[in-house]
Amino acid sequence: MTSAHQPGHHSEVTLRVNGKPHTLRVDHRRVLLDLLREELDLTGSKKGCDHGQCGACTVLVDGRRVNSCLLLAVALDGSEITTVEGLGGDGDEPHPLQRAFLDRDALQCGYCTPGQLCSALGMLAEAAAGHPSHVTDPAAPSGPPVPLDRTEIRERMSGNLCRCGAYPRIVEAIEDVI
Amino acid sequence: MNGFGYLRPDSVQEAAEAYAAHPGARYLAGGTNLVDLLKLGVERPGTLIDIGRLPLDTVQELPDGGLRVGATVRNSDLAADPRVRDRYPALSQALLSGASAQLRNVATTGGNLLQRTRCPYFQDLDKPCNKRDPGSGCGARDGVHRDHAVLGHSPQCIATHPSDMAVALAALDAQVELYSTDGTRRLPVADFYRLPGEHPDRDTWIRPGELITGVRLPAATAGVPSAYRKARDRASYAFALASVAVVLRVEDGVVDQVGLAFGGLAHRPWRARHTELALLGAPATPAAFEGAVALELAHAEPLRDNAYKVPLARGLALDVLNRLAPAPAAA
Amino acid sequence: MTGTTGTAPSKDHGTTGPTGTALGAPAERREGRQKVTGAARYAAEYALPGRAHAWPVPAAVARGRVTGVDTSAALALPGVLAVLTPGDAAGLAAPEDGTLAVLRSADVPHRGWCVALAVAETPETARAAARAVRVTYGTEAHHVDLTEDAPGGYEPDEVAGGPGRVEHGDPEAAFAAADVRVDVTYRVPPLHNHPMEPHATTAHWEGDRLTVYTSSQGGTTVRATLAQLFRLPEERITVVAEHVGGGFGSKGTPRPDVVLAALAARHTGRPVTLAYPRRLLPTVVGHRAPTVQRLRLGAGTDGRLTALLHEVTTHTSHVREFVEYAAVVSRVMYATPALLSTHRVVPLDVPSPSWMRAPGEAPGMYALESAVDELADALGTDPVELRVRNEPRREPGSGKPFSSRHVVECLREGARRFGWAGRDPRPGVRREGPLLVGTGVAAATYPFQVAPSTATAEARPDGTFVVRVNAADIGTGARTVLAQIAADALGVPLERVRTEVGHSDLPPAPLAGGSCGTASWGWAVHEACARLAAHPEEGPTVHADTTGEADADSPYARHAFGAHFAEVAVDTVTGEVRVRRLLGVFAAGRILNARTARSQFTGAMVMGLGMALTEHSTLDPAFGDFPESDLASYHVPVHADVPDIEADWLDEDDTHLNPMGSKGIGEIGIVGTAAALGNAVHHATGIRFRELPLTPDRILARLLCEG
Repeated sequence: MTSAHQPGHHSEVTLRVNGKPHTLRVDHRRVLLDLLREELDLTGSKKGCDHGQCGACTVLVDGRRVNSCLLLAVALDGSEITTVEGLGGDGDEPHPLQRAFLDRDALQCGYCTPGQLCSALGMLAEAAAGHPSHVTDPAAPSGPPVPLDRTEIRERMSGNLCRCGAYPRIVEAIEDVI
Repeated sequence: MNGFGYLRPDSVQEAAEAYAAHPGARYLAGGTNLVDLLKLGVERPGTLIDIGRLPLDTVQELPDGGLRVGATVRNSDLAADPRVRDRYPALSQALLSGASAQLRNVATTGGNLLQRTRCPYFQDLDKPCNKRDPGSGCGARDGVHRDHAVLGHSPQCIATHPSDMAVALAALDAQVELYSTDGTRRLPVADFYRLPGEHPDRDTWIRPGELITGVRLPAATAGVPSAYRKARDRASYAFALASVAVVLRVEDGVVDQVGLAFGGLAHRPWRARHTELALLGAPATPAAFEGAVALELAHAEPLRDNAYKVPLARGLALDVLNRLAPAPAAA
Repeated sequence: MTGTTGTAPSKDHGTTGPTGTALGAPAERREGRQKVTGAARYAAEYALPGRAHAWPVPAAVARGRVTGVDTSAALALPGVLAVLTPGDAAGLAAPEDGTLAVLRSADVPHRGWCVALAVAETPETARAAARAVRVTYGTEAHHVDLTEDAPGGYEPDEVAGGPGRVEHGDPEAAFAAADVRVDVTYRVPPLHNHPMEPHATTAHWEGDRLTVYTSSQGGTTVRATLAQLFRLPEERITVVAEHVGGGFGSKGTPRPDVVLAALAARHTGRPVTLAYPRRLLPTVVGHRAPTVQRLRLGAGTDGRLTALLHEVTTHTSHVREFVEYAAVVSRVMYATPALLSTHRVVPLDVPSPSWMRAPGEAPGMYALESAVDELADALGTDPVELRVRNEPRREPGSGKPFSSRHVVECLREGARRFGWAGRDPRPGVRREGPLLVGTGVAAATYPFQVAPSTATAEARPDGTFVVRVNAADIGTGARTVLAQIAADALGVPLERVRTEVGHSDLPPAPLAGGSCGTASWGWAVHEACARLAAHPEEGPTVHADTTGEADADSPYARHAFGAHFAEVAVDTVTGEVRVRRLLGVFAAGRILNARTARSQFTGAMVMGLGMALTEHSTLDPAFGDFPESDLASYHVPVHADVPDIEADWLDEDDTHLNPMGSKGIGEIGIVGTAAALGNAVHHATGIRFRELPLTPDRILARLLCEG
């Protein structure tokens, strides 16, 4: 049995979050979202539904976008996590996508915004890697990057709800950085 | 949820042994449904056995031209796999029509097969549900059941199976590979699931402690035209009201091979055997399709508020059949 | 009318509006940077030292009494601090709003009512503890079914500040005598606000001082309510609501979370966060009450209305009266010699309904504007022209003149931009393969409302200014637009003005609701700044209070208006409806920030799209709550549902409103959207659907029978 096995209901895990390593003893029940919010004070990742139904908690784990509310922290030992707080890099300048969201007024209440941003970055990587979506022509060849028109962006971003209805502006903002 | 132990075995055998040592444990892979159910209190395991890092995460060629999909291959990776897109397009399409990109990035092949119904009564511990709490009753039968089953339901349970992927796998004649300390076995996906009957608490024929190690896509359906179509309440990120996966080969205007399965209609992906029997060897014409689909749906027993599913399923099936049939037949 | 100015270049960072001042400029929202970097903190995100977490236990019966609460298993869990039970709030004063009477008594007025509250060191433990609480009930028979003839219904005396019933002429006789008659009943199901941030409060006591960080549309009311309940002077209570993750009415007044968190914090002596679980929100924070609306329109062959009867049946809870005042719109829209606008409300054992974006107007205009479309059909008249023909000179309900009314101009401008001219009126004839395509139109209206507010303006030695008002920025961009109003009144560049909002130490202000936030706060800000500019010697800080002005009766009927145009495609195989185009043109006074206004208009149109096509909830007759309680089963529109949406406006010059000349813009975008979409579905299919939402089950069933 692996060294990850520890008796009881807690285990030690090490995560790299926005480039910084953190070693924590976690309750096995703790999901990544609560770990970020409650233990690392990274409250940019939002809890909208806690059940993978809204996308407000979206972060990147090892470069892939995921719902952090459904990932047990104990299972993520050794993972690389990027949250909205880590998008801008070291400087003061926001990430171009963050800038585009401001330029296009692609937010209102702001609660879904961090998830939209992380999701959009994950989406750009997926399309670049040639991953198809539900609206990609099934006859399109496998492999090359999938061009992201508005229909593609909308389908691929559908895991991120926005009750303020900023969708049209969010799509414009994403187009600005393609 | 109360606390639970966590184990991360290094091999399939260790995983099965861990289960034997911890009765009532649950295997954890992507967790997108299990963690949801833990939070709801529907699942209350004493131990989670994390199989997410077992070496089951590849798609391999089989010698006969089929594919073996490891149990922990993520839904998004499987949908994007060029071999799957090329040979089994219905599977790729079904995967991409399910959930959201974030969920598909985490959900695994095995976990997708084993996900539980989204019936709201099943999810609410304060309401009766024979699937969650055998003998407590069914809140949905006289309640809100527009999303529920029209085929194969029982007085005890009218839940539907929520997977899109499993519907495509059923139509494609895929097989589930199962491992336990007693050995390995395979079951066709179409036969892997149970009807609710008297025991709706059991979704599948999997045995306690048995582990899905992979899914086999047969050579027989590789490269055969196939497609998946789903109808839902919103344009994306919603479970199927009804869906259909069709595998169809037509030779000289005659149906040479056909697999058809419905989703959203029953407690399991509903393989339409009556339709298939009627079509095999029949002319691939719209009229033949219509008659064959009607044969299957004649068995539907709609409830008060879900009769729409029958014509919806019919329309979806005919649309996909006609689309897959070579042009002269569909004209 | 100053012509169309709505389409501001969307990437313009301008700080100067059309008149050369900050007012109307497309200024970037000031807290935007905090929101896109994750730095903006919401109510549950104040990790005070020693902070504990609470989790509610919802009532599992629809009506009855709690007969016992066994907390032993919950309290035995490691990390559990307390379980509050019925009676633990008995020492609090009785609230005016019955929905806040939580844990006062053993009564259960509806399913989901909070009957216990677990408090623990972590959210996980609090959740486990809540589940371990064993509650027993004495149950009574319950009724949650709303029907037109449900017993116990009554006509409310007052709705939306007006009478429950308005009757002019002899509507029954006039309708019976009309040349052309439409007699139809429309239904809207219960709907849920579901702001992305669930209702949450972090409460903290220091001695007899209480601080709450809460997700609210109006901190001033929260403070007054807590002061009354906890019998404290207001100055000992601090309410912070710096960022609010949406509300759409459901955070308009305090909800149980703030009372429960304050109770739990006092009980445990620890700061406590209660973030209400998403699945429990529908039963405790209010919902749009379902409506059954009978519309009778009588007209002459010339298309002029001779009778308009709008009768609404809706439900309320036994906890408090709330009336979804859907018939009020018929007092505003069309000239008619005979008018009946009335409500009948039935108290049921349902969760308490409350405000949801454009309460009354949104469902009311769905029904009225759909019925008008039916009348246009019956008359063979273009629906735009029919509306123009029935344009009133004075407000039909009150007889007052309009302060400004440009609904006809909105219809004309919208028709021009949409390409309405030459539309083939025949329904069900535009086929594209399996798709049926159609277009529809509907008008929109929303009242101008304004409430007294206070504000201060301070001149700083460095030449900058600070305006302070306890406004709530729920995503509207209040900080930004208030700075624009201030800069305009002060005659200084926008950059020199800072706004402080969202804290009860700031001058008291009304809530962000009824689309009256900016109008109300802005009036006080404008007054303080104008006085500071005119009389610097009154400074450095000038205090303004608009009581007596803002709430003065107006001799005018004051409303914003608009028009929606929609194009849909209906899939005849599946019954799925997809929106292709949606255009809204509005006349809402002077638009104060072109960028944020456009976002509010289009955002509300998205919510209207959801109301029309995807959002569906049900009251379960057996259990008394909503099975569609989470975001997987209650279908808020997603990206893929929403096409390019255009919103534009006609600037109005209305001097009867407030110093800025602005009407509210937060809600009118949802009013009429569902009717335009429904009318487009009729145009596409030839079938009139009279119940929302237009989901595949409903569409397909009738397409097969009638299509």
